[in-house]
Amino acid sequence: MTPPADPADLAHRPGPATPPAGRVRRFTPAERWTHRATAALMGVCVATAACLYVPELAVMVGRRELVVRVHEWAGLALPVPVLLGLASRAFRADLGRLNRFGPHDRVWLRAALRRDRRPASRPAGKFNAGQKIYAAWIAGATLVMLGTGLMMWFTHLTPLMWRTSATFVHDWLALTVGIVLAGHIGMAVADPEARAGLRTGTVSPEWAQRHHSLWRR
Amino acid sequence: MNLEPSADESGEEPRGPEPRGPEGPDSPERSDSPERSGSPDERGRPLGRRVFLGTLGLGALGVAAAPVLQRGLEGFLGAVSDNDPTGLTGLLPNGGGFRYYSVAASVPVRGPADYRLTVDGLVERPHTYTLADLRALPQTRLVRDVQCVTGWRVPGTPFQGVRLADLLDAAGVRSTARAIRFTCFDGTYSESLTLDQARRPDVLVALRMQDKDIGHDHGGPVRLYVAPMYFYKSAKWLSGITVTDRVLPGYWEHLGYDVDAWVGKSNGRTDDPTG
Repeated sequence: MTPPADPADLAHRPGPATPPAGRVRRFTPAERWTHRATAALMGVCVATAACLYVPELAVMVGRRELVVRVHEWAGLALPVPVLLGLASRAFRADLGRLNRFGPHDRVWLRAALRRDRRPASRPAGKFNAGQKIYAAWIAGATLVMLGTGLMMWFTHLTPLMWRTSATFVHDWLALTVGIVLAGHIGMAVADPEARAGLRTGTVSPEWAQRHHSLWRR
Repeated sequence: MNLEPSADESGEEPRGPEPRGPEGPDSPERSDSPERSGSPDERGRPLGRRVFLGTLGLGALGVAAAPVLQRGLEGFLGAVSDNDPTGLTGLLPNGGGFRYYSVAASVPVRGPADYRLTVDGLVERPHTYTLADLRALPQTRLVRDVQCVTGWRVPGTPFQGVRLADLLDAAGVRSTARAIRFTCFDGTYSESLTLDQARRPDVLVALRMQDKDIGHDHGGPVRLYVAPMYFYKSAKWLSGITVTDRVLPGYWEHLGYDVDAWVGKSNGRTDDPTG
């Protein structure tokens, strides 16, 4: 974790890290590219999975051998952007933030369960409790998909019995990941400023205060 | 970066019994307390790691418990899909219905004009059949469950076609023959049976499935149907029957699946037999 620094000093540091006037820096280029690369690989995994799994798509697309190869390699590469991202100090700091759950996160979750959408009821730091749970879960789920996928790919790696079981977990978890991803994308579609944060790296101070009131304290 | 964590101390109670509201009590008088260092983001319990590890653990548990879970889900989904007018359950894993599967990049379409089935190898009278030839032979109809080695099962599926035994008898199998090798016009797939297995009355060169001519996607116009074995033995797009002096393992058998693929007694599985 970074040592405490004088905020005034950092705020006035010139250079490319300084956001445009009236904007608040949220993500560094390294973090944005980590997200982009992960999203692209996940997209390829989901699209190829659909072409392998949904009978209508499978018949329409064909080229099964090719689709299988693309799916396998995209899945294998899926953790790579995050591993590369670990070289970024800002990314590591954000992982630390995603890991830590404070009392305000419980307040946020309770409000979410009550469907209370008022920002005042949902205190959050740089990441809200939902984003924290999503990040941890999707990371774990990705590795489970990778592990079960490898068991199905390298058929001599494990006993046959395990391969059948791996197929079972891979299938059901794929469905779950698909639904959760759809929620993730849906929430991004509904929040242009959150997307701007990942596209440009900066957000408006009003948005930051409204949705992440504890972030810049 | 002008947003380093710990830039400001005016946060909340780190371990207060009451969760605080979003506006948060300002308590600058306590901001020098050591446990209050860091922004709200940096304090708190490392639950994210636990969620991450918990997901991994559940995945491993899922693999371990899969045989039991799978059987339970199949029963449940089978019951649901019987009363599902939308057909959506068919898209769920183990939700019932056939899955399209092919190991080839693309499969040519063959019809009455250009489909041929060759019977050769250790036989007295090698022969090539057209679709019309096969349709003219005596037909057998069987209604059994179809069981895939990956778990899905489709109950009560009718298959109809010519008994493989009839084709072998017509060709005159030589005394040195021990097995059959099947090849497919997808150019990739192959299968095998011992001679005894091939002569069973529930092994068909199938022309119809679910009381319809077998379409291309299901392996038509002609596929093998080996009722008592896992469905990978029922090779799609059948084009060649070669009598051999020993078992030549097929496509999946090269990848570790059993050659003698009796449902419920092979591949480490305990499904109910379909024979």
